[in-house]
Amino acid sequence: MSLKAVETFVTEDGRSIGPVILEVKDITLKFGGVTAIQNISFDIRGGEVRAIIGPNGAGKSSMLNVINGFYHPQEGEVWFKNELRAPMKPYQIAYQGIARTFQNIALFKGMSTLDNIMTGRFTHMSSGIFAQAWWKGAAEKEEFSNREKVEQIIDFLEIQKIRKTEVGRLPYGLQKRVELGRALAAEPRLLLLDEPMAGMNVEEKEDMSRFILDVNEEFGTTVALIEHDMGVVMDIADRVVVMDYGKKIGDGTPEEIRKNQVVIDAYLGISHD
Amino acid sequence: MFLFDPFFWEVVISGLLAGVMYALVALGFVLIFKASGIFNFAQGVLALFAALTLVGFQTGQIPFAHLLEALFGLHASHWGEGMNTVLALFLSLVVMIGLAWLIVKIVLRPLVNQEGIILFMATIGLAFVLEGVGDLMWGANVKRLDVGLPEGPSDFLLDNTGMFIEKLEISAAVVAIILVVTLMIFSQYTKMGRALRAVADDHQAALSVGISLETIWWVVWSISGLVALVAGVMWGAKSGVQFSLSLIALKALPVLMLGGFTSIPGAIIGGLMIGVGEKMFEFYIGPMIGGATENWFAYMLALLFLLFRPQGLFGEKIIERV
Repeated sequence: MSLKAVETFVTEDGRSIGPVILEVKDITLKFGGVTAIQNISFDIRGGEVRAIIGPNGAGKSSMLNVINGFYHPQEGEVWFKNELRAPMKPYQIAYQGIARTFQNIALFKGMSTLDNIMTGRFTHMSSGIFAQAWWKGAAEKEEFSNREKVEQIIDFLEIQKIRKTEVGRLPYGLQKRVELGRALAAEPRLLLLDEPMAGMNVEEKEDMSRFILDVNEEFGTTVALIEHDMGVVMDIADRVVVMDYGKKIGDGTPEEIRKNQVVIDAYLGISHD
Repeated sequence: MFLFDPFFWEVVISGLLAGVMYALVALGFVLIFKASGIFNFAQGVLALFAALTLVGFQTGQIPFAHLLEALFGLHASHWGEGMNTVLALFLSLVVMIGLAWLIVKIVLRPLVNQEGIILFMATIGLAFVLEGVGDLMWGANVKRLDVGLPEGPSDFLLDNTGMFIEKLEISAAVVAIILVVTLMIFSQYTKMGRALRAVADDHQAALSVGISLETIWWVVWSISGLVALVAGVMWGAKSGVQFSLSLIALKALPVLMLGGFTSIPGAIIGGLMIGVGEKMFEFYIGPMIGGATENWFAYMLALLFLLFRPQGLFGEKIIERV
């Protein structure tokens, strides 16, 4: 256990964030001959908003997929809650308290908003098939408390009007919001957001930023997000990791990243889409 | 007026009852296709295997008797009088669930993330293997299956309405309806059911909320095994348990074309439409064109659907994004 795991950290706006909850060490991920991630290490502290930025193809989504268990790196370690994590399947990682959203929305399109978010509570449902068939009382109680949580999230995200709507029919911005709701329903320790604002207009981006900050502040959820919009990132992130061509080229507070010459040359200096 | 003609109603009702049987087979296909995108060619053989196993347990056959004789010179083919039907049904279900587990571990897991066509080919292989194993285990002779369902025409209907309806078909329909309603409730209101629908919609998203694909596949193949067992029992009781039973899968194809591969209500309504359509066509148009239309009517209807509405009545519209 490293020293960093216990000390706290004070952000630029004077907020004190907690000890490290997730640390990736010397991660290298290859697909055949292509190296997607090369020797990257960074940490995520409890209660912070951590941003991962970088040009297209920098390996940001791959990094998220490593944390979430979709990819297994050839080298390196992932430490979660001060324990070295053994190679796990994504569904096991969900049970550990890591939830996520996807770059290209991955919702259950045939289900209603309510059912989608309810499915997000999967890890909190204990009763199996048989229990549900025979112990009707206990299962009903559980269903009820899960429903209550889901309704809270629906209120929080201001999507009451679309509760019963099939999500496949919703506009893009609202689908992104439902997906966030589904991830929140798991009450995660760590929330991974893969480009939560991609393809949104200014108003939708403002809404989404507000939701992310509210989640972080009200529920104390740790957030790690990938985002392209530099303005948004600099506004909402406590600390930023910068990646380029699979390597880490910067790590620090938004102010430090702004001044970092390597980052400016590689990323901010040139136009980004 | 044909609406008052008992003969017309007899045709409609027997069509509906036959349709329920088709729907039952189609249902097994739809369940697996929805959850894993696999067109399970082995569904018919699953029904055959289930029926063989049931008869085997019922009559007290020793599995692999011929193999044991060839290898060790054991001459016994039966271990006793057999067991009662309920216990035999239960044990057959256990075998089907075990089989589902084996299929997931041996066939599906190594092929994860492969193209649909490769998985389809794998199920063709599975069909042949299962047919062989079924033969080796229980023998190739035609077996009588008696699960105690009533047989013969319903006297009540015959006396009161003049309609000739098989009791067996009525009970098959009742069982099928109970099965479908149970499946619907299971998929709508239980944790596992919700997980099943989630996997059907999006694998990645399902994993990310904590759903294990392998567990879901096991559940789905077990349910298909249950459906196959019921279908095997019904068809087996009607025409004996023989290896041509696996061909009932072919009857399910037109049903799927009509109902769509991804819709459970579609499978049911498709089955009913084909059942009724087939009988009506046979009775009213058949005599004009030489009869025996039941052999091809369903396929012709399926062909028309393929031409004009390829996604079926209830299937999801196929939109190719460019």
